[in-house]
Amino acid sequence: MAAGVAAWLPFARAAAIGWMPVANLPMPVAPAEKNKRQDELIVLNVSGRRFQTWRNTLDRYPDTLLGSSEKEFFYNEETKEYFFDRDPDVFRSVLNFYRTGKLHYPRYECISSYDEELAFFGIVPEIIGDCCYEEYKDRKRENAERLMDDQEDNKDAKLPNMTFRETMWRAFENPHTSTMALVFYYVTGFFIAVSVITNVVETVPCGSAPNQKEVPCGERYTVAFFCMDTACVMIFTVEYLMRLFAAPSRYRFMRSVMSIIDVVAILPYYIGLVMTDNEDVSGAFVTLRVFRVFRIFKFSRHSQGLRILGYTLKSCASELGFLLFSLTMAIIIFATVMFYAEKGSSSSKFTSIPASFWYTIVTMTTLGYGDMVPKTIAGKIFGSICSLSGVLVIALPVPVIVSNFSRIYHQNQRADKRRAQKKARLARIRISKTGSSSAFLHSKRNGLFNEALELTGSTEDEKRLSKSTSLLESQHHHLLHCLEKTTVSAHTLELALCHNNILNHEFVDEQYYQQSYLEGGLQNYPSRSPSLSSQDGVTGTCCTRRTKKHHTPLPNASAPAHMQPLTHTHTHPQGLQELSTIHIQPLSTSRSSLNMRVDEPAPLNCQSSQITTAIISIPTPPVTTPEGDAHLPAGPTHQNVVKVSAL
Amino acid sequence: MLTMNLEGLEMIAVLVVVVLFVKVLEQFGLLESGYDDSVEDELELSAVRHRPEGLEQLEAQTRFSRKELQILYRGFKNECPSGVVNEDTFKDIYSQFFPQGDASTYAHFLFNAFDTDHNGSVSFEDFVMGLSILLRGTVQEKLNWAFNLYDINKDGYITKEEMLDIMKAIYDMMGKCTYPVLKEETPRQHVEVFFQKMDKNKDGVVTIDEFIDCCQNDENIMRSMHLFENVL
Repeated sequence: MAAGVAAWLPFARAAAIGWMPVANLPMPVAPAEKNKRQDELIVLNVSGRRFQTWRNTLDRYPDTLLGSSEKEFFYNEETKEYFFDRDPDVFRSVLNFYRTGKLHYPRYECISSYDEELAFFGIVPEIIGDCCYEEYKDRKRENAERLMDDQEDNKDAKLPNMTFRETMWRAFENPHTSTMALVFYYVTGFFIAVSVITNVVETVPCGSAPNQKEVPCGERYTVAFFCMDTACVMIFTVEYLMRLFAAPSRYRFMRSVMSIIDVVAILPYYIGLVMTDNEDVSGAFVTLRVFRVFRIFKFSRHSQGLRILGYTLKSCASELGFLLFSLTMAIIIFATVMFYAEKGSSSSKFTSIPASFWYTIVTMTTLGYGDMVPKTIAGKIFGSICSLSGVLVIALPVPVIVSNFSRIYHQNQRADKRRAQKKARLARIRISKTGSSSAFLHSKRNGLFNEALELTGSTEDEKRLSKSTSLLESQHHHLLHCLEKTTVSAHTLELALCHNNILNHEFVDEQYYQQSYLEGGLQNYPSRSPSLSSQDGVTGTCCTRRTKKHHTPLPNASAPAHMQPLTHTHTHPQGLQELSTIHIQPLSTSRSSLNMRVDEPAPLNCQSSQITTAIISIPTPPVTTPEGDAHLPAGPTHQNVVKVSAL
Repeated sequence: MLTMNLEGLEMIAVLVVVVLFVKVLEQFGLLESGYDDSVEDELELSAVRHRPEGLEQLEAQTRFSRKELQILYRGFKNECPSGVVNEDTFKDIYSQFFPQGDASTYAHFLFNAFDTDHNGSVSFEDFVMGLSILLRGTVQEKLNWAFNLYDINKDGYITKEEMLDIMKAIYDMMGKCTYPVLKEETPRQHVEVFFQKMDKNKDGVVTIDEFIDCCQNDENIMRSMHLFENVL
């Protein structure tokens, strides 16, 4: 039942009195309206813009948010209004739906934001009115296509375990994946060109001996041309077989257009080989050579424009069909008329209706060869009408085809542009994301910094630092910190029992993690042992894990094999800034230096115990430059490891 | 014969040329044509924009309070912004309440019952007057109204044919999917029952007095008259 009609329900019920005298049975009891309220205005405050409507208006659609009791969740007691923190512009359309019963889609609105708002208010998009439904569907389809494009691009990412067959197929489909594919692409392109040119040149008359008539080059240099042809066909055959081998679904590949073109291109040669010089068949053989021209269609793999053209023609099949049909109709009509008009004139070329077809076609397409002209007056009149209508009939479907082509072409261009920009976009997005994760490490440092400062008793710095993180951030970081503390590494449980210190996992920077974990393996958990430290005087109690490759010899080999402390004795100058270097000489002699060497990436894993020193160095933080410097490399010089050692 | 053919064709050709010439002249506006466009324009202009009488007058004429009239008018105007309901819109609105059957015939009779001045459209006054009787009127008035509904040609008598029409219209609203299945003669039988009850002097028609008398004696009908009193 539509919205406005709900207002007429009282009328319909009243009119039911008309049935009463006719009814034989007693009527059921009418539903009592419990606490019937007077219709009142309610205020809907959407992001500051106030909308007011009758409560009954909203009650028309009880299965939406505003029509049901769900809106009570948004009721604000103090201001006695319903507050929604949503887009007020889209809300206009939503509220109008209640008022008029029709949902409209504003054209300037982004389709996904509109969809979200509709989903929020519990309205199904299918009830969009006819006036706006087409537009909505079109936009939605475009959006879905764009999403699918993006997804397809993602699929290009190299999967680690691709079989040889799959790699080959990918190389064939997308020549930019590897150098070999590119080479193959260009070689085949070259040979297609060579083959086509050969076919063309074959028929050109070369110079001839004085007593003979002109012969085409093909007959003069038979062997050379034959060799060229053979070579090209060899290449094409090999290519076709390779594609067939690599195709994921051979049956589907064999049915595809490109493979049919391939087959048609090379078949004449083989048929020619097989056939003998039989006189009867050689005529057919000559015909077959025509099919060699199909090799030029192989270029469509190399040219996107050609593919688009083909696709356009395919998608405009109905328009082309209409063009053809209407042309045929017109040709028949005019040919008939012309034939009868010219029947009387002597030596008329219009000998039959099919003979007039030629005249009609030539006239309608405004070619006008002039080999057939009408001589009678009637013929001339009808001939001129024929040419005028020809222009019209041909001009009508052509713009449709053109606009289709333009749309598809621009879509492709946009897709290409987007793909090109994608890398840069993704890089920037990634930088801003790492910004947030390093913020955690940053604040951890700050937190411990604070603790360290507390020791020294300076409060102003502490206040300054604590202001920089918002409440949300600090809560988030606390949460991550708790998670860190919860996870106890299995290896160190043993140690803990012996050494009474529990090590836990820590968050590290993503790249850092990737480098170390993907290239190496989890190695060792050094833990501090006093004996080691005393030996060097400079011990890293920070835990590092070495990769298999970069294995620095340790001064102390007495430690168990899986525990090898790392000694870092110097700060790596590149990319690290020493923002605050605080060496608080601890009670013990150990000192932790928390620098990471660039060439020895290793993930943090443990924490040292007795150190009270604070962080030494902070690498160039992406936190402060969330937009990402242009030169911020993704490489290892951009370590963002902050290790905290504290008691 | 050949020359005849040619002449015939030449005549056709000349005719074609003349027609084209005329079209070109029309294009230049030298020949007026297209006389059927203006009629449509007139119709558009005469689209009715009706405003009801003032609120006070309606208050006086009907038994609704001011607030109720306001609510009624808002609903009315929402669905019919032009201020009047013509029969098609009326049928449309009424059919939406009975989706499973065909309510158009009954809506037609209902429309005629509301359209007291028989001008082909129901204005807000007609609407409100009708509702006032149905919801706030005395039993007498309601029965009067019902009689008026059944009496299709408004001659003061309900004949069997009229009643049959009404009955068929009511059964049409039920639609096809009923249990038990409606048979062809059900409306007719219903009419017979009705006439047996109502037609006291067995003259084949029911007058207003017979009707009111009979209904007042029937308990079911009396009770059902009060059924919709608290609507609105």
